[in-house]
Amino acid sequence: MAFFFEVLIGGLLSGIMYSLVALGFVLIFKASGVFNFAQGAMVYFAALAVVGFIDKGVPLWASVILAFIVMTLFGIATEKFVLRKMVNQPPIALFMATIGLAFFVEGLAPLLFGNDVRPLDIGLVDEPIPAILDSLNIVVSRFDLTAAGLAALLVIVLALFFQYTRVGRALRAVADDHQAALSIGIPLQHIWALVWAVAGFVALVAGMLWGARNGVQFALTFTALKALPVLILGGFTSVPGAIVGGLIIGASEKLAEIYIPPLMQSVFSGNFGGIEGWFPYVMALLFLLVRPEGLFGEKHIDRV
Amino acid sequence: MARQIGEVILDLRNISLRFGGVKALTDISFNVREHEIRAIIGPNGAGKSSMLNVINGVYHPQEGEILFHGQVRRDMDTHDAAAAGIARTFQNIALFKGMSVLDNLMTGRNLKMRTNFLQHALWWGPAKREELEHRRKVEEVIDFLEIEHIRKTPVGRLPYGLQKRVELGRALAAEPKMLLLDEPMAGMNVEEKQDMCRFILDVNDQFGTTIVLIEHDMGVVMDISDRVVVLDYGKKIGDGEPEEVKNNPEVIAAYLGTQH
Amino acid sequence: MFYRETGQFKTSYGADQQIFPIRQDRIGIVLLLAVAFVGVPALGSEYFFSAILIPFLIFSLAALGLNILTGYAGQLSLGSAAFMAVGAYAAYNFQVRVEGMPVLVSFVLAGLTAAGVGILFGLPSLRIKGFYLAVATLAAQFFIVWCLTKFPYLSNDSSSGVISVPGVSILGFDFDTPRSKYLLVLTLVTLLALAAKNMVRSTTGRAWMAVRDMDVAAEVIGIRLMHTKLLAFAVSSFYCGVAGALYAFCYLGSVEPDGFSLDMSFRILFMIIVGGVGSILGSFLGAAFILLLPIFLDIVLPALSELLHLPFDGATVSHIQLMVFGALIMFFLVVEPHGLARLWQIAKEKLRLWPFPH
Repeated sequence: MAFFFEVLIGGLLSGIMYSLVALGFVLIFKASGVFNFAQGAMVYFAALAVVGFIDKGVPLWASVILAFIVMTLFGIATEKFVLRKMVNQPPIALFMATIGLAFFVEGLAPLLFGNDVRPLDIGLVDEPIPAILDSLNIVVSRFDLTAAGLAALLVIVLALFFQYTRVGRALRAVADDHQAALSIGIPLQHIWALVWAVAGFVALVAGMLWGARNGVQFALTFTALKALPVLILGGFTSVPGAIVGGLIIGASEKLAEIYIPPLMQSVFSGNFGGIEGWFPYVMALLFLLVRPEGLFGEKHIDRV
Repeated sequence: MARQIGEVILDLRNISLRFGGVKALTDISFNVREHEIRAIIGPNGAGKSSMLNVINGVYHPQEGEILFHGQVRRDMDTHDAAAAGIARTFQNIALFKGMSVLDNLMTGRNLKMRTNFLQHALWWGPAKREELEHRRKVEEVIDFLEIEHIRKTPVGRLPYGLQKRVELGRALAAEPKMLLLDEPMAGMNVEEKQDMCRFILDVNDQFGTTIVLIEHDMGVVMDISDRVVVLDYGKKIGDGEPEEVKNNPEVIAAYLGTQH
Repeated sequence: MFYRETGQFKTSYGADQQIFPIRQDRIGIVLLLAVAFVGVPALGSEYFFSAILIPFLIFSLAALGLNILTGYAGQLSLGSAAFMAVGAYAAYNFQVRVEGMPVLVSFVLAGLTAAGVGILFGLPSLRIKGFYLAVATLAAQFFIVWCLTKFPYLSNDSSSGVISVPGVSILGFDFDTPRSKYLLVLTLVTLLALAAKNMVRSTTGRAWMAVRDMDVAAEVIGIRLMHTKLLAFAVSSFYCGVAGALYAFCYLGSVEPDGFSLDMSFRILFMIIVGGVGSILGSFLGAAFILLLPIFLDIVLPALSELLHLPFDGATVSHIQLMVFGALIMFFLVVEPHGLARLWQIAKEKLRLWPFPH
């Protein structure tokens, strides 16, 4: 039983990472209706930028600030040169453009900051917490727990930002109705640029945590893709949905990876590892059949 | 006029429709007779479009029943409605924007097509014969609506008034028994309205098509319809011949506001 | 001056509904086919067939399949490569397991198998659309490739799912040279392209486009959404499946599941974006463009690096390739969302008026 909980907790904590990427998706989708496929690539870009600056001898804190500036500039450029020029096109075309953006970023990032896998030391160590290990006999990584705490902090900060600042209010207005927001004088384009900057910041946090855990490498973009089923579970417009969806996906894929292959081996012969590669997607797909709007999404009524 | 108003072919009985907690229609009953022009009027948000959506099965009412062609049902299904000969147009034009006028009209005849996709893939033989046969029918509609010059134009490029006409054409291509028109004249200038009125009357007269229409222009409604039903806040407040409805105090109040 | 439809009067609806109503287009397509079937085989080199023309035709077919689903029926899929994999492995299994199975029949069965799997993964499209569906098709991509890797039965117990296909032989004739394989692929692709064109210009295609453009209105005029969408998934997957079978049998000879990666699915998607969403011709133009671009960059970039005295290694070239792909996709979506096919159409319209444009 202790083993089950260990897997469960490990899954939940890694799910937080998915939540962080999903959060970036939700922010951009809410504010501009763009489903930003490149969010995963942005995580990679941000992490690579940090290690890239560190490689050049810049201290960690300054590298983070520089990476944030880079991400902001990148967001503004994307808004200005791509999305603004596509305002009249159907959402699916915008989605495809962000796939193009993802490719672009995945080529650009290693070109600017180097290609090889590098560790990122942010002063956290991946070791079991002795107190929990002693009392409950469960391995809980100090790193994962700290990362979860940081993620929670980020979500709280974002929630406060949206709720209580003038910019946050404008953002919510834009998310509700672009036309109406425009008509009361909210500068739509500034808001969109801002939201890309915030999404870039979220990507930066996610990228650093992931990079510190597994090394900064291209595989990050595949892991980040798992944020997509998270979104389906949570609903595209819901911040709590992104968090809860991430936890569910994280926990269930780890449990599936541990418990399903032995079952399959008892029926078929062969090695059935690697289930976590597809499990989240298939789970999201089955979930869609039951509840197409997600756990926290709004039900959509077609008006004709 | 040569047409003869016949029996009741559509009877809506105590229809109530809710979206979550919002009541769109409350206990509405009215009927439509064969060959007549039946208007539904009422202020914005009265539930007129919802009513049409109930008739052809886009919305499913929570209460009430629908009698259509002698058969009583709980609600309609879009496919059954279309197969039973109900065609319609929409308030916000719902044409297939990426297709030409001709293709839009041909789509209107899809229920009459018998060939399958394998025959289509081969083309030569039954598929081609059927395509030509329906093309001939569609060309008749094109002639009728005087849109020969734009038959190959993608509908997205057409001006608003012509799009409305093409949408009527798509509905007519199905050779419907009953035509539901949702504000066919909204946003048109006087000339376009006259054209549209003429088409509606001609359809009714020449093909005997029963017409249910929603319209805001009272002049038009009073001129062309046989009977009028009035909705307000999802409730029926009047029903009868144009003259009758015009003098109904409740209707007047709904349109001009009540004095307290 | 030469490309003009004046004087060509249509006297029947039949004449008006030909595939190519303009006479010059008919002459053009006949010439093109003559060159493809006779001229190229006479002149082309081995390398040209096996490295350029065969993959071009196979990817055109896959792009055509995706275009039916995405361009015509409006259902975005990110799993085309997985359906190719289904086709490749199905054809292999039919060949290996059924004694005396004609290779063409196994290609058709491969297409049908892929169609069946396509219908299965198309089921969610009945309840969801847009991005949701795109994510659902990712499930197909990862799940199918995983199955092919992990179930030894599917690859006839070969290690890690690698299969080596038997040679192609039809009615005693061995298709063992690049030239003969090219002709086989060309024939199949031409027939399937013609069938696709016929479908999209008849009721089937109109129903797909109606569902794409406005599904509620399509339903109201009696089009059954379920039937229409699943048919699009089936036909599209059939095309991808046959493309996959050809990919294994006429191009590589030996394939592994991981070769049918998400990256390949994206490339097929890029082909239809660049070529033209909702265009048969566009599928071919896009496939040519996306396949030739890396070859072009491989030639140009090293030359450029020498010229600028910058050290470009292999990794750099592949990164630049990714960037160019990404930038091109965005460029096309911003500037010409209907792709090369639309540019071709505009060119033809200009040509109609040339040399007197007013």
